[in-house]
Amino acid sequence: MKIVVMMKQVANKDAILRINKDATWIDEGDLSFEVNESDGYALEEALRLKEKHGGEVVVCSMGPQRVKTVIKDALARGADRAIHVVGDNLQHVSPYSAAGILAEAVREEQPDLVMTGLQSDDYGYAQTGVIMAELLGIPHATIVIEIDASGEGLRVKRELESGWYQWYAMTKPALLTIQSGISQIRYATLKGIMAAKKKEIREVTPSAETIARPSQQHIKKIYLPEKTKQTQFLGNGDAKAGAVALVEKLHNEARVI
Amino acid sequence: MSILVFIEHRDGVINKTSFEAIAAAQVLGADLQQDVSAVVVGNGVHGVAEQVSGYSLAKVVCAENEKLAEYTPDGYTYAMESVIRSLNPEYVIMPHTYLVRDYAPKLAARFGKAMISDCIRAKVADGKVTFTRRIFLGKIDADVTSDSEAPLFATFQSGAYRGDQAAIGSSAAPIDTMQVEVGEVRMKPEAPFQEVKQAVDLTKAEVIVAIGRGIKSKDNIQLAEKLAEALGGDIAASRPICDAEWLPIDRQIGSSGQTVAPKLYIALGISGAIQHLVGMKNAGTIVAINKDPEAPIFDIADYGIVGDLFEAVPVMTEEIKKLKD
Repeated sequence: MKIVVMMKQVANKDAILRINKDATWIDEGDLSFEVNESDGYALEEALRLKEKHGGEVVVCSMGPQRVKTVIKDALARGADRAIHVVGDNLQHVSPYSAAGILAEAVREEQPDLVMTGLQSDDYGYAQTGVIMAELLGIPHATIVIEIDASGEGLRVKRELESGWYQWYAMTKPALLTIQSGISQIRYATLKGIMAAKKKEIREVTPSAETIARPSQQHIKKIYLPEKTKQTQFLGNGDAKAGAVALVEKLHNEARVI
Repeated sequence: MSILVFIEHRDGVINKTSFEAIAAAQVLGADLQQDVSAVVVGNGVHGVAEQVSGYSLAKVVCAENEKLAEYTPDGYTYAMESVIRSLNPEYVIMPHTYLVRDYAPKLAARFGKAMISDCIRAKVADGKVTFTRRIFLGKIDADVTSDSEAPLFATFQSGAYRGDQAAIGSSAAPIDTMQVEVGEVRMKPEAPFQEVKQAVDLTKAEVIVAIGRGIKSKDNIQLAEKLAEALGGDIAASRPICDAEWLPIDRQIGSSGQTVAPKLYIALGISGAIQHLVGMKNAGTIVAINKDPEAPIFDIADYGIVGDLFEAVPVMTEEIKKLKD
């Protein structure tokens, strides 16, 4: 089974985000980056499927040269080779354009499975994977937490809302978007890191046609969320007195109990 | 030009975020002077349509086909595509639920575009809509506009608008039934199930008592449970508690758990990492009890107690019991 895993590089979760001068994005100058959380789980699931059923895991990442860090890390963890879609501003294109560029990059691989995280931790569109499936003409399932690929087709367990789950039977090839936290992600071993140095990273550039697609949504400005609430602190350090005052406020002021 | 709002249901039960989507569409409709119609997708969903026809809507469309008896992304995409091609709305408004996230990007792609997803508000100026989305897991807001041709697809976060503020109509909206064509459906859903017996839908809870790392041990959870019980509310948790399996995963609030908007949310020993805040910041009244005065949870709390939750919680429980007696 050939699996392509889409991996995005995003700002480190603990990084302090500074809004740029034009208020159109964050200042990336001294920012530290990491792999998008759910994409890491997508890779882990792909590696586990390969261990069980054999085949090949190809990672695909898009962006400037810095995304090579994500690619090399994935190769060190066990991916077999990589495709790097190179371009300086590709991380800012709309999900439709991104999906078009990525579909073009992986189409000729003819994968049995394409796996992505369920959404990115920066733009958070939660759409690129699903649109890729549409453009590749393959079925998809989102927010997947378990994959059974032992049969002819696929059975995937999806997370619904409110503690509900559902299994889907699907045909292959298919695209799956993976939920965070569904397994323990492996670390790269020293052996893996050494082996990764010999693995292929193929650079591709998007076609003029896919890159020319209009973005359709434009960020006018970004800003810190307005603080709408003024917290009333109760008890003045005395938790028990605070508790008494709190219940009184909830009853008489907020009128929620 | 008009606005189409998508009504989500499962087995005839409407997801409450659909009413929020109606409210959002009505606000936009009033500002843009456009009619708002609703669409229900399924097989024999006239009854669902009747549940929303009382709202102030131009009409309710039932998109019917026997292949739509169960939700599939393929089936819903075909159905919605044909409704949209027939009604030509300028805006398609949907709640940002797991189901919408599953099919709507595919739908938008059929129109050569993506959606403006997970919006928290929309403002109209000079006939143009500016949508606000949260980015970076809620740390930053982005104002977004679109210059694409109709239809424009937008989804709204749970709690962005209030379902109880959706306007009721002076008379019932007419219900149009459309038999829609559905092409090949490539996935076969099995029956949905709950992993744990007592699984609750926290999105419908009016009162939630949530615990975080500050609860320190599994044995201490009963303190919070007693408080929840006195309030007639549900117990919930931040991710570390569920990862440690002190509470089942279906009690988890936040970006990887449920998004809730109860009337009252009491956060006990939760620092308020953004992954948690995105799941509960739209609660009506937020109470935080935490030892650390700098904990970010206090940024969004209406009432705060800086101190030991093990002292405060039993007193609260007793005081609430007194009130209810």
